[in-house]
Amino acid sequence: MSNELIDFVLVSVALLGIGIYGLSVKRNAIRMLFAIEIIINAANLNLVAFGRFLPHSGGQTLALFSIAIAAAEVAVGLSLIIVAYRMYQNIDIADFRSLKG
Amino acid sequence: MADAVFLALSVITIGSAIAALELRSLIYGSIALMGTLGGIAGFFLLLDSPFVAMFQLAVYVGSIAVLILFTVMLVKRELIFKKVEDKRRKFVGIALMLVLMVALGSVIMDSGIKTITTDEPAVDFRNIGADFLTYYWPALILMALILTGSVTGALILARREDVENEQRTD
Repeated sequence: MSNELIDFVLVSVALLGIGIYGLSVKRNAIRMLFAIEIIINAANLNLVAFGRFLPHSGGQTLALFSIAIAAAEVAVGLSLIIVAYRMYQNIDIADFRSLKG
Repeated sequence: MADAVFLALSVITIGSAIAALELRSLIYGSIALMGTLGGIAGFFLLLDSPFVAMFQLAVYVGSIAVLILFTVMLVKRELIFKKVEDKRRKFVGIALMLVLMVALGSVIMDSGIKTITTDEPAVDFRNIGADFLTYYWPALILMALILTGSVTGALILARREDVENEQRTD
């Protein structure tokens, strides 16, 4: 293998940084979901990379579990966004005020 | 040292991740997100784990990205193109991103994993199947229940009760 572990980990760090930037700056609920997806994919890349270089099958197994849980999370998140859109006619999270106390 | 395929994949992945967050239209943004997810699948292929790569393509690119695309289409047209953000908040966010990348990157570059390479053969995907059915079987069943529960919950949440009531009175 010509690629080293450090290359994959650095790509993963870059994706994590982009995801955290998106979560902290964007106010659109769907864009925040994009940012969460990017962070989850960075984590999966780390799992599979470390699993390849150990080598151990646990990394791939855990990555498969993580992908399946992420699918469930996206389904619930999107339906929550749809419910909020129906209530407020907007997807800007600054408008979702009913939980704000 | 990284090869050309790796460099091309990382440019595609990181570039389309930035595009997914910064493009004006949410529809183009979700198509760019598909590019990121496909690039990650390419990384999985480079890491000799074709099973995870196919799972990633089937679940992420095949279902999650399409689900997001349909949700975006349900939203009003002017909201798809509207972009509300604070200039100051954006600069603080970019600074946070750069600080995080530099800090984590320097910690990782200083640590011992810089020299790790491997010549050992990759893990056979048959081992993963055997692991799933022997050691991880309670987790597998729990994951199936969680998936069922969350998809049912999503359907119940997104149901429109007013439409149903109108149909009953007819």
